[in-house]
Amino acid sequence: MTSTGSDPLAERQVALVDLLDRLLAGGVVISGDLTLRIADVDLVRIDLKALISSVSAEVPSPWEVGP
Amino acid sequence: MNELRYVYAVTRPFGAALPKDLVGVAGSSPYQLRHHELAAVVSDVPATDFDAGPLKERLEDIDWLSDTARAHEAVVATLVSVGSPLPLRLATICRGDSGVRRLLEAGNDRFVRTLERLDGRVEWGVKVYARVPASQVSSPAPTRLRASTDQAPGTGRDFLRRRLGERRQEEHSWQSAAVVARALHAELTSRAQATRLHRPQQAKLSGASGQNILNAAYLVPRDDSADFIGAVNRLLPDEPGMSGEVTGPWAPYSFTEDPSDDNPFAEVDASDGDVVGEREERR
Repeated sequence: MTSTGSDPLAERQVALVDLLDRLLAGGVVISGDLTLRIADVDLVRIDLKALISSVSAEVPSPWEVGP
Repeated sequence: MNELRYVYAVTRPFGAALPKDLVGVAGSSPYQLRHHELAAVVSDVPATDFDAGPLKERLEDIDWLSDTARAHEAVVATLVSVGSPLPLRLATICRGDSGVRRLLEAGNDRFVRTLERLDGRVEWGVKVYARVPASQVSSPAPTRLRASTDQAPGTGRDFLRRRLGERRQEEHSWQSAAVVARALHAELTSRAQATRLHRPQQAKLSGASGQNILNAAYLVPRDDSADFIGAVNRLLPDEPGMSGEVTGPWAPYSFTEDPSDDNPFAEVDASDGDVVGEREERR
């Protein structure tokens, strides 16, 4: 469904930041004891030190292909 | 013992088999676990990585997090290509098939309602970046500065006046970028069934040049996607210093919470109020 020439998705891997926007701040959250209680790690807060220290070098700029 | 189940999504039961070569998190093979009128797409994951203790540590490891997030999305994206899955948040893990069944059972009403609400919909991401011309702001300064030192009188005042002018121009660039982004967002919102603003991405994380001033998600009927994308491409700022990007189609990750539902957790597990503490409103 990539419909335009300026849409780079066909060639490019989804950027990790876009993925994390959705996987850490979106999606259904299941509460209570139905799942393992890693909920104690507030996932949203992973944003974090790990990311900041290491992502930038590895993630190709989504921007190289601009419209 | 391999009894932990990683849960990717909740769907209506589906007849087709998942592709044989579909790989889930930690190299596992996803499969469908049906329970009454719902199904969970799950895979068996090793306790060495996915039990609560180790998982907490793994999630701090960017490579592990990245691989896991990509595998999660790969499975969900496959489901999107054949239906309308309800994606779960990263790292939702149950103990055994019975744990998954309990999850489906406890959340049944909420899942059914949300599946109906999102049926046939996909999410598109739209980002806008603005680059204030830093070179324009700072590089001409030295020459002008030198020129002014030649003509000693008035130097300080001229310099300040110029700086002020530059700063105003910079501000103006930001303001006009913001105006353009707001207009785009308003127009796209009118074409979408729901909208969610994500926090602007830090350039440090995205590697993007320019500052992210709009990071939005739009819920759009799958069949209207071509029109929506057409509109996005027509409306994306085409001016110097601004650029835009579209991502998708995504499963409706950003729209799994029912906006009219004050406390979506209550019915999943009313007994446990101390959940994630993270009931953040749409940001």
